Amino acid sequence: MHELSIAQSIVSGITEQVGDRNVLRVGLEIGRLSGVEVDAIRFCFDVVAAGTPVEGAELVIDEPPGRARCRGCGAESALADLLGGCACGGLDLEVLSGEQLRIREVRVQRDVRDVRV
Amino acid sequence: MCATCGCDGGAGTIDEPGHELGKDGHEHSHEHSHDHSHEHNHDHSHEHETVVLEQDVLAKNDRAARRNREWLRARGVCAVNLMSSPGSGKTTLLERAVGELSRARPVMVVEGDQATPMDAERLRATGCRTVQINTGSGCHLDAEMIERALRTLDPGSGTLVFVENVGNLVCPALFDLGEARRVVLASTTEGEDKPLKYPHMFRGADLVLLTKVDLLPHLRFDVERFHRHLGRVNPDAELLPVSAVAGEGLDDWYGWLTSAVPVPAR
Repeated sequence: MHELSIAQSIVSGITEQVGDRNVLRVGLEIGRLSGVEVDAIRFCFDVVAAGTPVEGAELVIDEPPGRARCRGCGAESALADLLGGCACGGLDLEVLSGEQLRIREVRVQRDVRDVRV
Repeated sequence: MCATCGCDGGAGTIDEPGHELGKDGHEHSHEHSHDHSHEHNHDHSHEHETVVLEQDVLAKNDRAARRNREWLRARGVCAVNLMSSPGSGKTTLLERAVGELSRARPVMVVEGDQATPMDAERLRATGCRTVQINTGSGCHLDAEMIERALRTLDPGSGTLVFVENVGNLVCPALFDLGEARRVVLASTTEGEDKPLKYPHMFRGADLVLLTKVDLLPHLRFDVERFHRHLGRVNPDAELLPVSAVAGEGLDDWYGWLTSAVPVPAR
């Protein structure tokens, strides 16, 4: 199950950036064509976040839908999955959106002791 | 537990006879360049702050893959990532191919499996320099594992390096290793529907090898139908039917390799 690896990459990607600051909320973008199951990420996230500064953080996941351009006729259309096709019958599609797998932002607790005075 | 692949004991162990680096595990760098002073003489309150990261989840792997690609290019070495479900015939095909291909140039192999050095031993028996990566509970190879394996192999200019990924049609598709080409194997015994059921894997393939075609007389497998399914998820992928046992189609595969990953001019 690669969602476990993905969840671990999310947690380590965050802690590498924000250090040991307590993370309250994590904003992710997981496209519907990314090959990553959001429910599995939620499950794995709680497991791998345990014992880290990310433990207990709220997970806010944006799931951008798939969108593609037909290389045949040039039309853009929604793409529900990778087996979809264009209305013209074309199957050679350039995926424009839906494959995102990104950490967008995190909300951290700022302890004013950490602010240089 | 490994932060990248989820396996225990670091990002896999690498084993090659004469090299004792099997247990070196990972180097995870954690540079938290925080710059805080520690004056605690005032009342402290807690506030919230949003930190914009906007980074790919797999950024760390992708950075390692870029390093590998650059390292290979500078050395004049080509790497081919072989992926498939377990048992589709990757190792058998390599056993047969390395002897033939090594007439033209050096061939080396990185073997990926959750456990055992069995596949590496099979390839070493053919005289091929091989390192085995055991991923433990990990379900795929990542770019950092390949980085260490390549340092161990130390391939010279003109070498063709095959990376035999962990048998799995799902997870390896997401992890760039720094390879020049991706080859996906599907065997006739697995059925014609595999490209539709595992579109992410087949979508990333430069070449699909349909293996075990010597078994076709005994199976209800329609090659044309498989080809149509592949075309639906990846119209650009080439399809070559092969049999490592009977030898059918192997010359076509060698020909594809010669043009796709040519021996660099000296």
